[in-house]
Amino acid sequence: MPPDIQAPKRRASTTPVLDVVALVSVGRHPVTGRGRRADLDARGVELALSLPEAQTRLVHAGRYDADSEQALRGYLGMGFKDLTLLEQPAGSDVSVALGEALEDWGPQLVIAGERAEQGEGSGMLAYLLAERLGWPLVQGLAAIEEVSQGVATVLQALPRGQRRRLKVRLPAIVTVDSAAPAARQSAFGPARRGECQSLTVDACKDEALSSWTMQPARKRPKRLKIVKAASARDRFKAAAAKAEGGGGQVLSDVTPDEGAEAIYKLLKDEGVLR
Amino acid sequence: MSEILRRDPRKEWIARNRLHPKHLEVLAELGRGAASEWMGPQGLVRKNPHAVGFMGPHGIRRIDRSGVQQGQGAGGARASAAVSKPRVEIDEPAFLVTVVPDMGGGRLSGHDRDLLGLARQLADADPDARGAVAVVTFGAAPEDVDEAGADRVIALEAVEGFAPERRLVLLEAVEREFAPRHWLLPDSGLGGGDLGRRMAARLGERPVTGLWQVIEDPEAPLGWQCTARGAAGSKDILRPMPRLVMALAECAEPISETRHAATPLMLEAGLPEVSEPALPGGVDAPWIEDLGQVPVDPAGVALSEAEFILSAGNGVRDWDGFHEAAKVLGATEGASRVAVDDGYMPRDRQVGATGTWVTARVYVAVGISGAIQHLQGIQPCEKVISINMDAGCDMVKRADLAVIGDAAAVLSALVARVQSARGQEGATESSDASATTDKEARNAA
Ligand SMILES: Cc1cc2nc3c(=O)[nH]c(=O)nc-3n(C[C@H](O)[C@H](O)[C@H](O)COP(=O)(O)OP(=O)(O)OC[C@H]3O[C@@H](n4cnc5c(N)ncnc54)[C@H](O)[C@@H]3O)c2cc1C
Repeated sequence: MPPDIQAPKRRASTTPVLDVVALVSVGRHPVTGRGRRADLDARGVELALSLPEAQTRLVHAGRYDADSEQALRGYLGMGFKDLTLLEQPAGSDVSVALGEALEDWGPQLVIAGERAEQGEGSGMLAYLLAERLGWPLVQGLAAIEEVSQGVATVLQALPRGQRRRLKVRLPAIVTVDSAAPAARQSAFGPARRGECQSLTVDACKDEALSSWTMQPARKRPKRLKIVKAASARDRFKAAAAKAEGGGGQVLSDVTPDEGAEAIYKLLKDEGVLR
Repeated sequence: MSEILRRDPRKEWIARNRLHPKHLEVLAELGRGAASEWMGPQGLVRKNPHAVGFMGPHGIRRIDRSGVQQGQGAGGARASAAVSKPRVEIDEPAFLVTVVPDMGGGRLSGHDRDLLGLARQLADADPDARGAVAVVTFGAAPEDVDEAGADRVIALEAVEGFAPERRLVLLEAVEREFAPRHWLLPDSGLGGGDLGRRMAARLGERPVTGLWQVIEDPEAPLGWQCTARGAAGSKDILRPMPRLVMALAECAEPISETRHAATPLMLEAGLPEVSEPALPGGVDAPWIEDLGQVPVDPAGVALSEAEFILSAGNGVRDWDGFHEAAKVLGATEGASRVAVDDGYMPRDRQVGATGTWVTARVYVAVGISGAIQHLQGIQPCEKVISINMDAGCDMVKRADLAVIGDAAAVLSALVARVQSARGQEGATESSDASATTDKEARNAA
């Protein structure tokens, strides 16, 4: 059964309103283990709030209880009047319900966190939704620069603090990296006043998940440095060697210019000079 | 004719007899003047223990086993050991295990090699029905895939930039043609992690992500049970291993003792075309367009993930010159503790045991002596360059390139060098640069 809620009303003005859905989940505090705003999802909501002319709807699919209520109110405290809740029993596959709802509403942009802090946390949700809706997906965003004429220009976070600029055709799904700006604080008043509008939708039980064993993460064994040497001398050298062996090139008695030239050459070879 | 070995027993006898008057002559003739080791006619290595070492100052023969004297010979032996790794051929594989390495910078990363180790573990589990490991690359495969454990190589067309749809279509073609039993991808942010999830959604398979351990289990559908990280790394999930695997680094030991065939495999059906489905809204634009990397302000990059660091120590006097150099080189600034304590640099720029552990590819240490607390912090750095007055300090020993001289002078020379190089490049490109500025001006108008 599709949820019977109308698409957000368009404003009468000429500037088109961008319909944004931010998917939010219940996070887990890494130390206390209590429910909280999921960090990446909150960053996604922050990105949505940074878009001018966007009308953002918060959507959560899952169970509604004391723990999750507190977490969801955290998102409301970022400046929202309400939040749409697709109620699902624990251990259901939320991608089905969310897919149906998104198909029904037809938003322009869906923002989700890269992966959840509870449950399987595989990061598959956005991919499943994109496949089902047939929309493009861009993963690991650091910023949304602009949205105009059905095309969004976004910055994707690469390793080592680098960024890549992409254009993606709307409607699209994007996921948020931890390089995106940190979420604003949740204000207590709006969090109290905000409403969670529950919709009952069909739930689809996640059979596989319930058959797996979940346990607290074990510490991974540290990899040992195994020395595979053919001869006793090599083994001895490997065991007795200092970590920093020489072998570097030392330029003494050179003019600064010659030294600079050598450094320049190495920097060029390594490709760090732009 | 020349294949037949001709031996001269008399000469060999003279060569063995050190007291024979013609001993040295014959040795030279047989081509083993001072050599202590040679290959005998039967293919056995013969050794002459009397030719080892050198005469010490007191007329006593000394043998240096540290490897300095025999450096040449030892190197040769190592090279031949690399060639003589046992070669493994699997002609009729019972199944295929495909690995899609990330290959950042065109090379197999440590993560990729771990994954190949895992693939071998899956392929070789049953000695009666061994599988083959196929490496799938976009573009040419690196040369060392055979030593990393690849039996087959499927080199698809090169895909530039961020084009996940294109890569996905190519992988789908591999799936249709070869139907491998396992797909392994590195669970790394933008490479295999993204591609693997797209593939899982397309194929409708439920993948395992964050896998870090596999255990044989005849009960499981594919014969393996696995442990994977879930819930943002706070849970371990024990489950039967599915077909599509995204594994963490160090999930298995990399291959180091064998060489594999790395035979190229071709897609018979040819490479497919991508067709992007039309989207509602009727906007005529590509799905995803890559506009390329954006220059980022190096000062804003966190020290721990910076790629190129220029770091200042107690030997820096000209701080304006240092900051200028960092700007011109486009490097992130770091500092030793002394520079921070003296108030020249902020605390968050301190590198070392009590500061930040950096992973830069290139680390330039200017006027830093290389105290152990500092060296600890730069352990993972690939290339270290040191500019220092003191040729005997520890940083110079650690450095791949050390320039002995005054920091200020070398830095200003380096800045001048970089600027002159840029000036030349600018001169050659100036014509089209002015064309673009013209265009921009017109656009703005
Ligand atoms: C518990 C503890 C923790 C510490 N943690 C850290 C840490 O995290 N990080 C850290 O950096 N230190 C740390 N230290 C301090 C560390 O032991 C050293 O004191 C410090 O790293 C030295 O800094 P430096 O190399 O800049 O200075 P110095 O040792 O004074 O070296 C200056 C170098 O510059 C050279 N030099 C001088 N003039 C010039 C010139 N004109 N041109 C070129 N070269 C010149 C000199 O030859 C010398 O090699 C720690 C110490 C302790 C006890």
